[in-house]
Amino acid sequence: MTKHVATLGKAEPDAAAHAGPRRGRSLATARAIALGAGFPLVLILLWDRAVALTGTRLIPSPRRVAVMMYDFSFGGIYDDAFSGTILIHLWKSMQRVYGGFFLAALIAIPLGLAIGRIKLLRQLLDPTISLLRPIPVTAWLPLSMIFFGLGPNAAIFLVFLGAFYPILLNTVFGVRSVDVRLFEAAAMLGCSGSAMFRQVMLPAALPAIFNGLRIAHGFAWILIVVGEMTGVPTGLGSVIMDGRTLSRTDLVITGMIVIGLAGFVTDRIIVTISNRVLGWSPQHHE
Amino acid sequence: MSEADVLAIEAVTKRFTLGDGEIEALARIDLSVAPGQLVCLIGASGCGKSTLLRVIAGFEPPTTGRVSVRGMPITRPGRDRGMVFQDYALFPWMTARDNVAFGPRQRGLAKHEIDAIAGEYLRLVGLERFAARYPSQLSGGMKQRVAIARVLANDPDILLMDEPFGALDALTREQLQRELLQIWARTGVTILFVTHSVEEAALLGDRVLVMSAGPGQIDCDMTIDLPRPREVSSPEFNVVRRDLARRLKSHLAPARALESAEG
Repeated sequence: MTKHVATLGKAEPDAAAHAGPRRGRSLATARAIALGAGFPLVLILLWDRAVALTGTRLIPSPRRVAVMMYDFSFGGIYDDAFSGTILIHLWKSMQRVYGGFFLAALIAIPLGLAIGRIKLLRQLLDPTISLLRPIPVTAWLPLSMIFFGLGPNAAIFLVFLGAFYPILLNTVFGVRSVDVRLFEAAAMLGCSGSAMFRQVMLPAALPAIFNGLRIAHGFAWILIVVGEMTGVPTGLGSVIMDGRTLSRTDLVITGMIVIGLAGFVTDRIIVTISNRVLGWSPQHHE
Repeated sequence: MSEADVLAIEAVTKRFTLGDGEIEALARIDLSVAPGQLVCLIGASGCGKSTLLRVIAGFEPPTTGRVSVRGMPITRPGRDRGMVFQDYALFPWMTARDNVAFGPRQRGLAKHEIDAIAGEYLRLVGLERFAARYPSQLSGGMKQRVAIARVLANDPDILLMDEPFGALDALTREQLQRELLQIWARTGVTILFVTHSVEEAALLGDRVLVMSAGPGQIDCDMTIDLPRPREVSSPEFNVVRRDLARRLKSHLAPARALESAEG
């Protein structure tokens, strides 16, 4: 759903251009927002009806989750260990998500550039990478707890693992698929050596690298829950695990929603950055 | 070969290995081009005309023989030979201006010099208003103008053009042909122009080389002394065009006879 808000907003103005560009654009944007926000509202309504009709006590109603969300954000209702603690948990989770994510980018991008460029390195590492990559990150959980003990480092390691492969593979792909003509054109214009790397290969591979970063960023948020199962006291993942242990499903759903929103907002930031950096690429605009 | 030649090709051959076999792309080629000449290289596809151009550019080493520009043997691509590709090969992440400025920037010129050169050559191809556009925002004809300006901004000894207008529509092609002739007249640059169009060769060339395939060689070296601007509907132009077409076909015919004999 979140995707549609952005794509419709860009695509519609042309269609509505005859109604005056400015008015047509704002109308189309309003329509896109209404559509994008309307669907979750329908889902919430269905959820509410389903809970009421079945009379289940296992799933809380949207209203109860909303109350929990309020208490989690501002406190003053339940006044328990979770009241008004959202920022602490969000901050801790973001530290782990971005710790793992940036560490992955820091290693995977240079490594990917090197693997893409140097055949020897490709022959040396490609089989190993292909072998390790299909292993689910969750399978690393026990080992990561042995390596890093109970605590945030194990969580960061899991996020790192999950984010590492998409960045690496997309970077390698980006380097490998640079049009040979561009190297030829640069060479005949007097470009060589490290200038070739900086001025041709890197910018040409950038769209693919950004794709990798965006996919990895999504994985990083997905993996934070697994990462925080390793027994850390704070973080959105640990809130969800606590909610499960305490049979407080409203808390579980609240944690899920906060992760969803945080992932959504940060994804929009990445898209905004990449649109700015890759403004030249018509395929890369969203 | 005389000392004054800008380009000298001596006994160049080119063989490619393909799987287990070898393909002889160029049989012995000897060619010299005087400064300021506009030489068209014409031949059917697969006759090795693009290969010859790539050898001159330094993208492919010759198997034997020697290519020199202004007496200096060439070993790798360099700014003395500027290639204009059929598919433009512009840097898509750079604006038109930055594409044109790429060569001067490699030379380490001062920023105001680079800007001045880029501006001058964008003006030369009539694109100063589109300087801030990215290649994806330009038409095919505009892209090829940028590509030409990008190469000229490096002040090359020779311009190598590999079917540069082949991907353009007829109207744009005619216009670019006219513009190229104007640019050539103004800059005096030597041009080696690969095409498969007889008309294009007759319209542009001082000299037309007809190549034949299997393996590639230059079969005929024709001087065209029609006055410029050339009028494509004039009887004189038609005589030249027919003559060229006949020479081109005479090389195609044996190959076809061979094919049908094998088939």
